[in-house]
Amino acid sequence: MTSASADSSSLDPRPVMIEAVGLRKSYGAFEAVKGIDVAVHRGEAFGFLGPNGAGKSSTMRMIAAVSPVTSGSLTILDMDPATQGSEIRARIGVCPQEDSLDNELRVHENLVVYGRYFGLSRKVASERADELLAFVQLTERAKVPVEALSGGMKRRLTIARSLINQPDLLLLDEPTTGLDPQARHQLWDRLFRLKQQGVTLVLTTHYMDEAEQLCDRLVVMDHGLIVAEGSPPQLIAEHSTREVTELRFGVGEHEAMAPKVEDLAERVEVLPDRLLLYTDDGEASAAKVYERGLEPLSSLVRRSTLEDVFLRLTGRSLID
Amino acid sequence: MTTAQTIAARVADTAPRLAPRLFDYWRTVARRTWRGFIFTNFLMPFLYLASMGVGLGHFVNNGSGASALGGVTYLSFVAPGLLATTALQTAVFESTYPVMGGFKWHRVYFSMAASPLRPADIVAGQLVWTGCQVFLACGVFTAVIAAFGGLVNWWGALLAVGVAILVGLAHGAPITGLSSRLKDETGFSLIFRLGLMPMMLFSGAFFPVSQLPTAIAWLAYLTPIWHGVDLTRHLTLGTATFWPSIGHVAYLLAWIAFGWFYAVRGFERRLTQ
Repeated sequence: MTSASADSSSLDPRPVMIEAVGLRKSYGAFEAVKGIDVAVHRGEAFGFLGPNGAGKSSTMRMIAAVSPVTSGSLTILDMDPATQGSEIRARIGVCPQEDSLDNELRVHENLVVYGRYFGLSRKVASERADELLAFVQLTERAKVPVEALSGGMKRRLTIARSLINQPDLLLLDEPTTGLDPQARHQLWDRLFRLKQQGVTLVLTTHYMDEAEQLCDRLVVMDHGLIVAEGSPPQLIAEHSTREVTELRFGVGEHEAMAPKVEDLAERVEVLPDRLLLYTDDGEASAAKVYERGLEPLSSLVRRSTLEDVFLRLTGRSLID
Repeated sequence: MTTAQTIAARVADTAPRLAPRLFDYWRTVARRTWRGFIFTNFLMPFLYLASMGVGLGHFVNNGSGASALGGVTYLSFVAPGLLATTALQTAVFESTYPVMGGFKWHRVYFSMAASPLRPADIVAGQLVWTGCQVFLACGVFTAVIAAFGGLVNWWGALLAVGVAILVGLAHGAPITGLSSRLKDETGFSLIFRLGLMPMMLFSGAFFPVSQLPTAIAWLAYLTPIWHGVDLTRHLTLGTATFWPSIGHVAYLLAWIAFGWFYAVRGFERRLTQ
């Protein structure tokens, strides 16, 4: 963790919703989370970014007060999940990675039955279900069995369900994994509205575009540890250059081409299908490549993204 | 936090005080299963009583069996046995595939566990549902026995339906605990073939256990189903006496208590990894 961003977090005057210190989780001999420090403040949209197996979901399950902490301390809404799990869960919303909707129930019934778990009366649960279905644009499907919904609709319904108790904190585990681009944008729009309403969002993702779209602040996790923390622009400024020139050569030529362009960028990354030149002026670097008589099949100049940050920090891309 | 506080919190967590919140969930389950349930639970008693009570009974009553039964007809003898084994079967069925489905297929327990409900609440909901199924199945069964003329004591028969719930849960609760620990359904065929079938056959439902070699009879006495059959039979024949009945009930309650803790622990382990 960088000292600059740690300071920015501790200076935040808003109340702390989640505080983890030296948090660890082991399953037998396997250590999924190896000691992380996290603080999430009210109204923040906070992300855990990392590849599969980085420990994101284990962390989320501990924050959701379903999975016991192995060691370290964790405080959620000023409560201890070891003794006040039920009270914590009463005030958070959880949108799990795998939809656990009741397929045989109708859309509206799903929300009401779930609302009853939180001790809502049938009347209140039903009213909230109406409002939430309008919010996730499923009002017309209220009477349809869940089985008949598309993947994107099911995910929206799961989000509606997680809001039935008007949570102070909404946890989303890979909210758009497996959805088509249109469904993803629709979902992001809804989450963005929630954020504007002041709901504290905590999400995990292995998509850097999702993290850039939704997160005010995020941590990058790898092998159970936090390897960087900050806002998306901060992370890019700290760990990458302003621009990236992508060069595509013939199959198998990339390794050999790397030394020939090494001096044109601050750093060169060799991927199986392309070379990445990290530079503050991508066009200039691209021009020099052609001046040298090198002829890539294609070249592209783009801004740095969190993907580049991740590549820099771990030497691997996010989605293998 | 002190150890005492942790223990206090753990004890509070095993009291299923939030379980009533699951009422609407189980109501939706009831709504989608009642048709099949009614059909099988009216049909089975007719088939059993017609074949065993009337068909087999004809041979027993006219043969050497009559004296071993102590002067009652075979129908009156076998009917309470069938009632108790129906309680067992209904409960065990509800405690196997449906419980595994809650963890593995439709995963409803996981969505319950994300809410304020605790594993103890979820187990309580499951077992109350099982108890209701047993109550209905055995209520119908008792009515059919009456229609066949197999009831000697009406008050005893009403009590027997209550006892059926205990018999059901004495098996249903431990099996629910076992199902929460199984990774896949192949274990169930072992439970049915090596556990359930021998237990039913030697439970005393179809012939007095005293007819068996002593060692095997004592094995039968250890099973909760034998206690259920014996108590149910004494109730429907009007021959129940106080202390033996209390003993049977206590034994069934002990199995329910064991099953409850075993199931709550199993659900905790599965839901809070």
